[in-house]
Amino acid sequence: MTDRNESPSDSPLADSPPAGPAPADPRDIERIRRQRNLVMGLLLAAFVILVFAISIVKMS
Amino acid sequence: MSQTAPLVLPADWRDFFALTKPRVMSLVIFTGLCGLLAAPVTIHPVLGFTAILCIAMGAGGAAALNQWWEADLDAGMRRTAGRPIPAGRMDRTNARDFGVALSFASVILMGVAIGWLAAAILAVSIVYYAVVYTIWLKPRTPQNIVIGGGAGAFPPMIGWVAATGEITLMPVLLFAIIFFWTPPHFWALALFVQSDYAKVGIPMLPVVAGEAATRRQILIYAVLLLPLSLLPWWIGGAGVVYGAAAAALSGLFLAFSVRVGLRRRTGEDDRMKPEKQLFGYSVLYLFALFAALVADRWLPVHG
Repeated sequence: MTDRNESPSDSPLADSPPAGPAPADPRDIERIRRQRNLVMGLLLAAFVILVFAISIVKMS
Repeated sequence: MSQTAPLVLPADWRDFFALTKPRVMSLVIFTGLCGLLAAPVTIHPVLGFTAILCIAMGAGGAAALNQWWEADLDAGMRRTAGRPIPAGRMDRTNARDFGVALSFASVILMGVAIGWLAAAILAVSIVYYAVVYTIWLKPRTPQNIVIGGGAGAFPPMIGWVAATGEITLMPVLLFAIIFFWTPPHFWALALFVQSDYAKVGIPMLPVVAGEAATRRQILIYAVLLLPLSLLPWWIGGAGVVYGAAAAALSGLFLAFSVRVGLRRRTGEDDRMKPEKQLFGYSVLYLFALFAALVADRWLPVHG
């Protein structure tokens, strides 16, 4: 009779990569966040300038 | 709704930008700008820029909400599977929050900087697209494009109202022109991508009523569009430059629509060239027609 008490390492799938997306490189995460922060900062600065310009126009 | 795959990377700022459907927004910005410039009142450039920015933000917010709601459908269509949410690059909640925030900001800024009538119409257009069209009509009726087309017709009206502060017949006509342009534009597209829409259960006219009925409808709308596009000149709201351009452009639109309306698909290997030509021309048509409207207002041709 075949011994069915195989250890997990005997399974043909033992060396397969886990299911789902691979974990991201922390450097990639940092790079994306830095870019997002930069874009957000630029947008906020542009908004401040726009509000200032609108105020000048409305008051003149 | 089904769950998307768990994310590992945060969403890139480019994905947030992609949520706003930049190609659609370019047409929205252009028609809004034309409405603003064609108005018989000159607006300060800073305020004009702000008005167009608000229109763009509102359109972007509505587009983000559309993609949030339709993420599952987008995943099933080849044309849209690469969008941020179905592709797994962004969480649905982030997209929803981004859309809501952008929409609110556009309406508030429009109200404070320009006027509350323009802001109210902008708010109506956002709700019209995100709720009336996307959530209510699109999955229920093959006339979704007809009624939902109203959402894309608002920008020139908003631009005009931003400049003048009031609603008159001209901005209503500009609204009507885009309203009647939208069905043949989208049905021409639907004719050559109908398999995608059928796969996800969207009741587009070619799928529900068949190709023959869709071709007939395209022809009917193109016939109606010709006199409608001439009305601004007829009532004296635009001059001969616009009138001549509208006659030529709408005549050509009708010619392309006749080719589509009177033909039938020859088989599975039919490349649908007339349909693709009509779709391509319909985009050029709208740009050219509204450019002619602005040129008529600003060119010193007539006294």
